[in-house]
Amino acid sequence: MSKTNKVDNLPFQKFSPKKQYIVSVLSILLVASGCYFLSDLVGYRVVAFILLVTVSLIAMFFDIMPVLVAAILSALVWDFFFIPQKFTFAISSAEDLLMFLMYFVVALVNAVLTTKIRKIEKLANQKEEKENTLKLYNTLLNSLSHELRTPISTIIGATDNLQSMADKLSELNKYELISEISKASLQLDRQVGNLLNMSRLESGYIKPKNDWFDVNELIYDVLNQLKDELKNIPVHVAVKENLPLFKLDYGLVSQIVHNLVHNACTNIPKYAVITVRANCKQDKLVIVVEDTGHGFPEGEMEKVFEKFYRLKNSKTGGTGLGLSIVKGFVESMNGTVDLKNMPEGGAIFTIELPSELSYLNLNVKV
Amino acid sequence: MTGPLILIVDDEEQIRKLLEITLHTNDFNVKAAATAKDAIIMAKTNIPDLILLDIGLPDESGQEVLKKLRQWYTKPIIILSVQSDEENIIKALDNGANDYLVKPFRTGELLARIRSSIRGIIPQSLNTHIFNHELEIDYNLRVVKKNKEIVKLTATEYDLLVLFAKNEGRVLTHQYLLREVWGPGYVSQSQYLRVFIAQLRKKIETEPNQPEYILTESRVGYRFVAKDNF
Repeated sequence: MSKTNKVDNLPFQKFSPKKQYIVSVLSILLVASGCYFLSDLVGYRVVAFILLVTVSLIAMFFDIMPVLVAAILSALVWDFFFIPQKFTFAISSAEDLLMFLMYFVVALVNAVLTTKIRKIEKLANQKEEKENTLKLYNTLLNSLSHELRTPISTIIGATDNLQSMADKLSELNKYELISEISKASLQLDRQVGNLLNMSRLESGYIKPKNDWFDVNELIYDVLNQLKDELKNIPVHVAVKENLPLFKLDYGLVSQIVHNLVHNACTNIPKYAVITVRANCKQDKLVIVVEDTGHGFPEGEMEKVFEKFYRLKNSKTGGTGLGLSIVKGFVESMNGTVDLKNMPEGGAIFTIELPSELSYLNLNVKV
Repeated sequence: MTGPLILIVDDEEQIRKLLEITLHTNDFNVKAAATAKDAIIMAKTNIPDLILLDIGLPDESGQEVLKKLRQWYTKPIIILSVQSDEENIIKALDNGANDYLVKPFRTGELLARIRSSIRGIIPQSLNTHIFNHELEIDYNLRVVKKNKEIVKLTATEYDLLVLFAKNEGRVLTHQYLLREVWGPGYVSQSQYLRVFIAQLRKKIETEPNQPEYILTESRVGYRFVAKDNF
């Protein structure tokens, strides 16, 4: 919750109340003793300002009580060690008495005001955070109601037709309606899958379960899962020969490749081609998914990984979750994802995942 | 009707209805139970040829039902599970399930799994086995031929292929394969399995990257399939 709360994130806030008292008292004493040696040079009235600054600084970081203690202590120290008739609390001139009283009031007001300001800032931050959550929630609801309702409407409409007008529909129409229902339900299934993955990410529940896998096998496994979507799209696979085995979470890596390939195949124009590459760079698995489509608009490249972000001109139904899941999964494995447009058009996603390697595949013959 | 009897165990009425219709249409006899308790009673009173068991039941964990059934029930049990639940699937396979299906599943897949489970394991006494008219295993001579040409396999590759062939149509978990082929000390050495699967595919598959025989079951294991075999 305190992620965006700047005030709470200050390192001093972590101090226990006891420590806050000790640090307050010590800093006043330290500053005062420093000033004691300087008081001949600067005069005792300047010392008052230096002490006030110290109290203000303490007020910026600590709770009200330690700050009040610092304020009172500094007033007493100033009186005792600096105001003429040094080493007594007695004050001889009326002017100095007035100064002392004013010092006392200013220090206290300073302490109280700073604390109040910090409280208000904290409230404002919390409010902003709440508003952001609400905004995100609204975006989610909008996106969901659209992306889930489209397939649901299709299913309801198509089944209504089939039930009530069965005798009027031609065989071709019936077939078409049924294939729309089928398409819509697969779309629903995908959206639910995306939402589940997103909530796994949001809850911080993802703990990669690493095990050895063959990246060649993984890529073809993913392409096989997507064979219906890729029916009319050529996909080239360029896996470098003699790659080692990698030790990563198979499920997370295949979901990443799945989302990238799916994203490409829903966004590219006809006749475009998708290429999936895999390589090993130092101790990293590098997977590249590129296409020969139009690429991404320059202004929007930063945003495509944001939750629920959809390209301004995007035509196809998507929740804007696919790529943010890619980013979330990649980061949960301490990897990086990079998006560039190719000079000749088309987008190129590059994933780098640090991994243990095994070259067993090159040595074993038994 | 005289077809095999299938017991459906699922707490969702929609799923029971769908499965009943699908299986009836394909000449199976069907009984359905909504709870673990009913399932066990029904399995005992009228012993089914196969049980479709949902792993998430309201009154008792599907894993427990599976263990109870397996104390006396020897025929195939196929587990129905929800998405991304590999741990549960692997556990169920360890507890004696023959196969699994992830909801939502396609009807074609359901029927294929049921038929392959009912057909059962091919008798071990066979001397030779020919899959898809092209892949031949001679168990006596320990020779494997593809399109009548001898495929040179190492001892481990051969053992792996035989294990697959004898469990045609069944999913075999990574741990099971490692234990059976390499030994109990190797169950966590998955890198061996990955390497040997890749090598075996290169030798027996026409397109090693788009295998017809040794299929990847993501995160669970491998399944050896053949369209027809003799």
